[in-house]
Formats: sequence, structure tokens, C-alpha cells
Amino acid sequence: MKCTRCGGHAEVKLRRHNANFCRDCFVPHVHRQVERSISKHRMIARDERVLVGVSGGKDSLALWDILIELGYKTTGLHLSLGIGSYSDASTEKTVAFAKARDLPLVTVSLREEGLAVDDATAFTNRPACSACGTLKRHYFDKLAYERGFPVVATGHNLDDEAARLLGNVLHWHMDYLSRQHPVLHSTHEKFVRKVKPMYRCSEYESAAYCFFRGIDYIIEECPNSVGATQLNHKHILNQLEATSPGSKLAFVQEFIDKAQPRLRDVESSPPRTCEGCGMPSYAELCSRCRLLREVASKRERRDAGRVSP
Amino acid sequence: MRITILPEKKHVELSGRRRVSDVLRELGYLPGTAMVIRGDELVPEGEMLEPNDDIEIRSVISGGS
Repeated sequence: MKCTRCGGHAEVKLRRHNANFCRDCFVPHVHRQVERSISKHRMIARDERVLVGVSGGKDSLALWDILIELGYKTTGLHLSLGIGSYSDASTEKTVAFAKARDLPLVTVSLREEGLAVDDATAFTNRPACSACGTLKRHYFDKLAYERGFPVVATGHNLDDEAARLLGNVLHWHMDYLSRQHPVLHSTHEKFVRKVKPMYRCSEYESAAYCFFRGIDYIIEECPNSVGATQLNHKHILNQLEATSPGSKLAFVQEFIDKAQPRLRDVESSPPRTCEGCGMPSYAELCSRCRLLREVASKRERRDAGRVSP
Repeated sequence: MRITILPEKKHVELSGRRRVSDVLRELGYLPGTAMVIRGDELVPEGEMLEPNDDIEIRSVISGGS
């Protein structure tokens, strides 16, 4: 099979582009896609410092590498989530990536912060992924604000965004749909801009990029993701993609271009200040502080011997 | 051919010369959900795998919520 661009030995076939790529043409192809998304949606200005959320997985490490290659000023932010040995291995991959390239990396241990994901699942009925998302959002906002970063970039890819859109559409979550966009602008001085520069790259492209660039990412799946709804939605979308290549991109891009602008008027009250941590919140306490209090109270009762986790 | 499947760390042996897309289908992968790796190169759908090949099939699907 020959590379559509240069005629060399192709290693990647992208059915939605009806094109084959050799590794030397594929890497710049990914760079161009990301650069185009950044520029189209005005995600990051050239002189801005970007805080990149890095998990140790393929998407976030690929994103960090791409942003550096494109010349952006980046600092990595890794949250050690406290999900058993999986988190230790993820931290190891992230630290090794940063060290090998001499990149600035901030690492925060949620266990040391007083609430690991494992605690949230042991002491509450919340699904692990929901607690994990709450904690990630809180610390991304807090650390970006405290350290003066105007923008946080995350490695959400096309498959993530398509699966999230499907989930939101199935339940017509109008508030979530009104906020599903590759750029989430700041609505409060402590909520910095969030951007998803990889939203047009599929999981396969992200993994292939890491393979060609020699990026050593964590291959194991998060133990909490077993049976997660998002994986089911991804499977359904991949079935559709198998018979109609390009469906996932059309679903997401057409939503962003045509439907999402009409949803921006969905009413939401402006955030107030959380009484627990001082970060913006839509209730008296933000979701992270509510979670923290619930875990603390149940832990106290368990320690007193009344309730087992 | 000897196949290692990641992240499950399973090992499978298949006989004969086969097309990548057929191997993936036989092992239950949809197109675009796994990389097929032979040595230090990716093998795209449509290419052939030889009976003596050592292959790694690595899922690319991740996520929760």
C-alpha cells in the first residue's frame, strides 16, 4: 500500500479521508489537523502559556508533544488520581515523558490533597468516573488560576467527543449540549478557558501518532472504566463508522457548526463562590467540596464502627 | 502467526497468510479500534500478514464516564 501523498510505504489507512500515509507524512498530517482546530476556534494565542492536562495516556501525551512541536509554551499538569497501581503507572509514564524532554511538569497527588478517587468510590454511591471528572475539573481550574495560566488544554479526541455527544443527545441534556464545544470560554475569573485541540483526531490517529513518535504511554485501561457507558457509545459509533466512514467527524463537526450555536442561549445562572474552597460554584458548595464532605462524614462513621464502606 | 493482544496480554496463534482486516474481524475488533504492529511498523488494513509473523494487536479505545 502506497502513501497517498508521497508514494512511500504506507503504514496508516484513514478511511474517512480515503487516504493512506507513510509515517513521515502522517505526523505532519496530525500537526496540521490540530493547528487547524486551534486556529479555527481561536483556542490558544501564540504568546499564551498553556497548562496541558496530562494523564499518561496516549491522547494527552500526544497533545503535549504536538503543542510543543507547534511551538506553544506549555507546562504539564498531572493529577495522580489515587486509583490503585493504575495511577502509579500513569504517573510514571508522565514523569518519564517530561524528564526525557526536559519539560516543566506539575504533579498533584489527590491522595495527599485529602480525597483520592478510590476513597470517593469506597465511601459514596457515585460512579467512579463521575467522581474522577469532578476532581479533575476542580484541580485543572484551581491550579491554572493559582499559577496564572489563561488556558487549559486537554487531550479529548474525536471518539471522546462523539461518544459524549451521543450520550447528551440520547437524554437531550440541553445544559450539557450548550457547553459541548472545543472551546469553553471563561465565565468567571477563576474558571480559565478550556480547549480540546485534538477533537478532530480519532483514537487510532492519536495512538498511531504516539507509536511513530516513540511516545511511551500507558496501554492498560483504567480499572474503573470497565462497563462504562461511554465505552458502549464508542462501540456503537465505531459500528456506524465501519459502514459509513466519516460519520463520527460529521456528527461532531456538524453539531459544533450548526446546532451548538443555537444552544448557547440555554439559561444558566452565573457561578457564585463555593463556601468550602472559594472556587466558583453553582451551589453553596462546589461538587468537589460536596464530595469531600460526604466522604469525610462516611469515613468518620465507619471509623466509629457504625457503617462499613 | 503468533499474536499478542494488548492490553489484555493474551496470546493467540493463527495459521496461514491472512489479511489484516480479516484477522481483526476474526478477533472481534471493529475497523479503527486497534493498531496492528509488526516489529517496528504499523500494518494497515488491506495488507497481508504472513504465517511466520509475530504480531501485536493493541486496542486504541480508552475512556470512562
